[in-house]
Amino acid sequence: MKLAILHELNAERAARRPAILVTDTESGEQRLVKAQDFAKDPLRAELEKQLRMGKSANVEVGGKKLFLNVYAPTAKLVIIGAVHISQALAPLARSLGYDVTVVDPRTAFASPERFPDIPLVADWPDVALPPLNVDAYTAFVAVTHDPKIDDPALLHAFERNCFYIGALGSRKTHAKRGDRLRAQGAKDSDIARIHAPIGLSIGAVSPSEIAVAIMAEITAVLRLPPKEKEEAA
Amino acid sequence: MLDRDEDILKAAEDWQKAGHGVALATVVETWGSAPRPAGSSLVINDDGTFLGSVSGGCVEGAVVTEAMDVIQSGKPKMLEFGVADETAWNVGLSCGGTIRVFVEKVG
Repeated sequence: MKLAILHELNAERAARRPAILVTDTESGEQRLVKAQDFAKDPLRAELEKQLRMGKSANVEVGGKKLFLNVYAPTAKLVIIGAVHISQALAPLARSLGYDVTVVDPRTAFASPERFPDIPLVADWPDVALPPLNVDAYTAFVAVTHDPKIDDPALLHAFERNCFYIGALGSRKTHAKRGDRLRAQGAKDSDIARIHAPIGLSIGAVSPSEIAVAIMAEITAVLRLPPKEKEEAA
Repeated sequence: MLDRDEDILKAAEDWQKAGHGVALATVVETWGSAPRPAGSSLVINDDGTFLGSVSGGCVEGAVVTEAMDVIQSGKPKMLEFGVADETAWNVGLSCGGTIRVFVEKVG
């Protein structure tokens, strides 16, 4: 690998921007395709598919054997609310490879005893969230049930274009939440992005089961192509 | 966690800039129950220091040896390890999988 390519690849990774390294495994020739350039690339379809799957793969194009090595940023999960569900959700998300952070200004909830080994920020969303660099590779979950905490956090998630936004609460609770967020400047298209009630409908009852439903929904949003995604939701 | 190779490429760049000969080994294909998926990588410098993995630890020794040649010659190599290959069996991909590893010089 040319040092210039390696340097460029490391810069993209540091900035949490996806890229794919295309290697001709016979000649050793290589080029780096940044996600922003996928649309104009001759391998567009293959690049987009492999990035979505988060999987490196071999393809044969025009008699050339090419290896597509996918460098996708590590997905993050930001959980607003150090509640019982979060105690099950945080370790589950970690085992799926997410970088997890739990945010809750209530120190009785956000305690290391309740969340061993999980990064905790015991602060209000306006203080806690900006340093977390919430981005398009972040799944964002608001589960405090307290509008004072969840609402400003959700506004932040809209702004940062999180790939998944979910919020706990019944349809009725969610309708009220929509009204409040609209009053604070959120667009209808923002509200429509919230998965609520949160999680796939699998009849989850216990906090652990709800955690499974949430991670299943996040996985579907992350991995399924857009059309199948609609069918699963 | 389980699927992170983040420090490996950084180390490759740092070692190269520090004047080391460096090679990168990447799993490009797997069949059967290979322990590490395609895209997993191992970086080696001319001291024989390496980071990362291309298997569960079974073939790393052989990869490091081949990587030393690649650092010398500058020519990329494709290595194959698996149960079908007697020598590969000797280096022990005993899990029953087969992997192809692309080894290239950095710089």
